[in-house]
Parts: sequence; C-alpha cells; structure tokens
Amino acid sequence: MIEQKKSALAAGVDKTVAWVDERFPLTSNIKAHLTEYYAPKNFNFWYFFGSLALLVLVMQILTGIFLTMHYKPDADLAFGSVEYIMRDVPWGWLIRYMHSTGASMFFVVVYLHMFRGIIYGSYRNPRELIWLFGVGIFLCLMGEAFFGYLLPWGQMSYWGAQVIVNLFSAIPFIGPDVSEWLRGDYLVSDATLNRFFAFHVIALPLVLLGLVMAHLIALHEVGSNNPDGIEIKKLKDPQTGIPLDGIAFHPYYTVKDLVGVTVFLMVFSAVLFFAPEMGGYFLEANNFIPADPLKTPAHIAPVWYFTPYYSILRAVPPIFNSQFPGVAAMGLSVAIFALLPWLDKGAVKSIRYRGSLYKKWLAAFVVSFLILGYLGTVPSNVWGQFGPWLGGADRATVVARIFTAVYFLFFLLMPWYTKKDQTKPVPERVTG
Amino acid sequence: MSDNPVGSPMNQDLANRDSQVDLEKRNFLLATSAVGALGAAAVAVPFVKSMTPSERAKAAGAPVEVDISKIEPGTMLTAEWRGQPVWIINRTDEMTAELAKHNDQLSDPACEVTSQQPNYCKNANRSIKPNVAVIVGICTHLGCSPTAKLQANGDMGESWTGGFFCPCHGSKFDLAGRVFKGSPAPINLVVPPHKYLADNTLLIGVDTEEKA
Repeated sequence: MIEQKKSALAAGVDKTVAWVDERFPLTSNIKAHLTEYYAPKNFNFWYFFGSLALLVLVMQILTGIFLTMHYKPDADLAFGSVEYIMRDVPWGWLIRYMHSTGASMFFVVVYLHMFRGIIYGSYRNPRELIWLFGVGIFLCLMGEAFFGYLLPWGQMSYWGAQVIVNLFSAIPFIGPDVSEWLRGDYLVSDATLNRFFAFHVIALPLVLLGLVMAHLIALHEVGSNNPDGIEIKKLKDPQTGIPLDGIAFHPYYTVKDLVGVTVFLMVFSAVLFFAPEMGGYFLEANNFIPADPLKTPAHIAPVWYFTPYYSILRAVPPIFNSQFPGVAAMGLSVAIFALLPWLDKGAVKSIRYRGSLYKKWLAAFVVSFLILGYLGTVPSNVWGQFGPWLGGADRATVVARIFTAVYFLFFLLMPWYTKKDQTKPVPERVTG
Repeated sequence: MSDNPVGSPMNQDLANRDSQVDLEKRNFLLATSAVGALGAAAVAVPFVKSMTPSERAKAAGAPVEVDISKIEPGTMLTAEWRGQPVWIINRTDEMTAELAKHNDQLSDPACEVTSQQPNYCKNANRSIKPNVAVIVGICTHLGCSPTAKLQANGDMGESWTGGFFCPCHGSKFDLAGRVFKGSPAPINLVVPPHKYLADNTLLIGVDTEEKA
C-alpha cells in the first residue's frame, strides 16, 4: 500500500521534472553546478569561506528586508526608528543585531576568503576574471558597509559620512563639485541620508548579486583551484572524462560546508547574543548618540574592517598643501588587489611550493595589514611622540608610514621576488 | 563548395553575401547607433542633475542673528548657520597678544588665501572687533568640527598656546583659525561674512560689502 503510494508520488515528481526540463534547463543546471560539478578532493579549512560568504549574503538580504519594514530614512526620524526597532518591534533587536553583526562577519569571512585566494594563487591563469569579479564584490561590500553605516544617523554615522564624502573633494579640480553632488546638499543632511538609503537597499545589492552570479559562473567554467595549485582537469579518467582528483560538489562538499556552517553559526550566535557591539568594534559607542552637525566626537575612527586603509590615509602627509596624495594612496591600497594576477610571476601557484622569499614578503604584508588595522582604531598620538631628533613626530604615525610602505612594496615588488623565489617541484596529482 | 557547379544561382548568392559588405546599410546602422547613444546620454543628464542640491537646500542659507553679550572673555559660543557650526570666540587680551608671536609656525600667517576670509578680516586678528573671532568650525581637511582647546598648555602639551584641535586627523589651528604647519589641513579655517547690527548683536551670513 505504502510502496505503491510512494512510487506513484515518485512517478509524479519525475513527470513534473520532465515537464519543466522541456521548458527550462533544470536538471542540466543541477548537474552542471552541483551533482556533476567536480571539485578537487583536497579542499581544506580555507575552502569554507566562499560558501559562508554566500550564507552571510542571504542573511543580510533577509534581515535587511525586515529592517526596511520599520526603518525611516528621514534625518528627523531615522535615529528614533532604529531605537524603535531595538525596543518596541517584536524581536526587532534580534533582526537588527543580526544585520549589524552580519556586516562585520561578512568582512571576516571575505578577508579569509581573499587570503585563501592569495596563498594558493587562485587568482592566477585561468582564474583572473573570477578574481576581478571578486574584487568588484569586495568594493561593493565596502560601499554597502559605508552607506549602511549612515542609516542609524548617529554621531559616528554622520561624521564618518562627512569625512568619506569629503575625501572626494580632495580630487583636483572636480572634487568639490563631486562631493556636493554625492551629498545633494552643502553638508551631510536629509538629502544625503535618503539617497544613501536608496544605494544601500537597492542599487548596490543589485550590482552585488550580479557580480556574485558572474563570480560563480566564471568559477564553474574553469573549475576550482586547490591547495596544491595544480589543474585537476589535466588528468581525467579516459572512460568517464571525470578528473581523477575530482569529486562531485554535491554531496561531498555540500556536506563538508554544512560542518563549516554549523561552526560559523555557533561563533555568529556567540557574538550576536553575548557581544553584539563587540566592545565598540562592531557598533561604536558614539553611534548611540544622535547625529549632531555642530559637534564632532572627541575620537572618531571607522569600523574595524576599514581601519587598515584609514591608517594609510592618515599616514601619507599632505604634499604641496594638498591632501590628495593620502586619498589616492588609500584608494590605491584597495584597488591594487585587482592587479595581483598580473603582478605574480611565480613558477608555482600555491604557497606549498613557493620558496622562503615569497613567504617572508607575505608575512610582512599580513603583519602590515594587522598593524595598520590596529593603528586605525586609535588616535595617532597613542604611543606618544619621538624626541626632537625626529621633529617630535607621533610615534604611531611614523610606524604607520613604515608599514604603509611595506604594504605597497608587497605588491609593487611582487614581479621581482616571485620570479627570483626558489620554488619547489609541483606534483602531478593533488596531495592530502 | 565543390558540390555545386560554379555559377549556380545558389552559389552566386553566397559569394555576394560573403565578399560584399553593404556599406550603405552599415553606415546607416552606425549612424543610428550613434544617435541612440547620444539620446541615452541626454536622458542620463536629468538623473545626474536630480542628485545636485535641490531648490529647498539652496534656499536654506538665511543669515542668523546672534547675541554675543553673554560670552565671557576667554570662552566661546557655537551658532548654527547653513547647518554648519560657527564659533564666536571672545578672546582675552593675552590671547590676542599671543596671535602675533607664532607666525613662523603657521602655513598662512598673513591670510594670503583670500577665499578663507572676507577682506575686512584680512588683518592680524582675522576679525572686525580685535577680540571677537567669528569662524566656521569645519576643518578644511575633511570636514570634521575641531574641538576647542582655548587655554594654553593643558592636555595639548607645553608648547600649546590655545586654539583648536581636529579629532579626526589631528589638524591644529590657533585662536584666529589659522592652521599650524604640519597639519593635514591645507589652509586656514573660513571666516564667514558677518557684520554687527549693534554693539553686541552679530549677523552671520551677510556683510556690508557683498550679499550672501
């Protein structure tokens, strides 16, 4: 009885799928992207962060939609509406904290995902476009974070936007007009808030989704890289045409990624429920004070994920009475990631087969990134001043200048040190 | 090709299509596309323009009247004009005397950059009344509002002679809003157009020379 019912149901499903397949490539897409998409069998810890980024993206979109139902993009109402969400909307605090924690976790996951790409040479031929789409996604995320941070209309929202929009006014000749155009007013105001809301909830998410699609389509066209940095498509089973070192993405990696998701959600929940402000790093204390256009808070710093670039902005001194060099250096420090595929002249892709020269430069870069990141969270006089022998300069500023130089040298000298590096032989097949 | 004898009607057609480009048609298509692109660019103009300051934003710059009688010497008051903070500082005689002493540390001690103050404030104190400074409190670096550190010494170190310190990027200004060398800010703070309606009544936003 039961068996009969089941088979009737299965037949019904088969019939429906066949009906759809004649009109839409459903089964072939499931095969191409999941059940017959062959990924290298040696993925490790670092390969969790791509799927986690996708998870956070979905979470941000969902929580964002529900926040939009209660939030008011109006300079007089915005701050109050966020507090209303936090206090009066049923479970509003949870949705809001999920969104704000999600923003920081997005950058955690994406930075680790990018680091994976760097150490295993995932940006190298034939994956340059995947990397470029990824850099586009990163820029979009930075835009989302920046526009979104204005919406609560707190003191940090206001003065952060004021500083960032004014960065554009440093561009020679057209700068002041550009920043006025971005603000839609002579100062950050209701007009600015309203358009940042439009950018945050519709314009950038559309671009972001398009770029994520392109990122995945390009990835599935050329296939995934792996910790050994070798092409698994070179060695295929002569009968089936399946790469010898490949395994189907579903079920093998969907199940593996589920483990990653579980651990990630544990970390996420711990932050969400026990430290949603993360001691002022995820949500800054001054942002719980409504925006006051007449008074800048005593210490302003961006949220942690922007601090390395902010440090670079502060470190570069004005040249010929213009702050443009600092602004340009900051822009370049982000944009330069796009050049990686063409700067790396190494004989091998993966760090496993690189020599010590490359590893030293990579370590220097990671240290610079972290130190610049830390310095961006504190005032520039945090370590006091050097004596008169260095003109009484702030110690922290001098240190930031040194590490800014290291940051850029990692990229600019890459063609030289990757070529000179003593690499090891790469195996034919992937290793464990 | 060898299947069909040369000169058959079908072959003739194919050969024509391959070797001859209909230049007239191609030029027409190019011209149409160019006009289409121009049209699209023209349609973009209103959208770009819609993001510039609105008529309401432009109209919101009315002058403000401020009563300055209650500012004690050595203290200041912040007024709001066009949404920006305007500082009115009642400097003591010691403070104004100090202004002439540190010219060598300033980027523009004589206020040569004319866009930063009206002509009637291009003087040693950058003010109409020697003691009362009127300054827009927006840093010329990236637009933060500097913090008042009016008293000498204090938490700003021993060489500090009183002025303003920008919390965002560390620019330093003296009590006339002139920028100290080595600051990220490139030029002096702005002195807005202003005039006195009575001895203690200040009007910010208009002056006798020009209309704001």
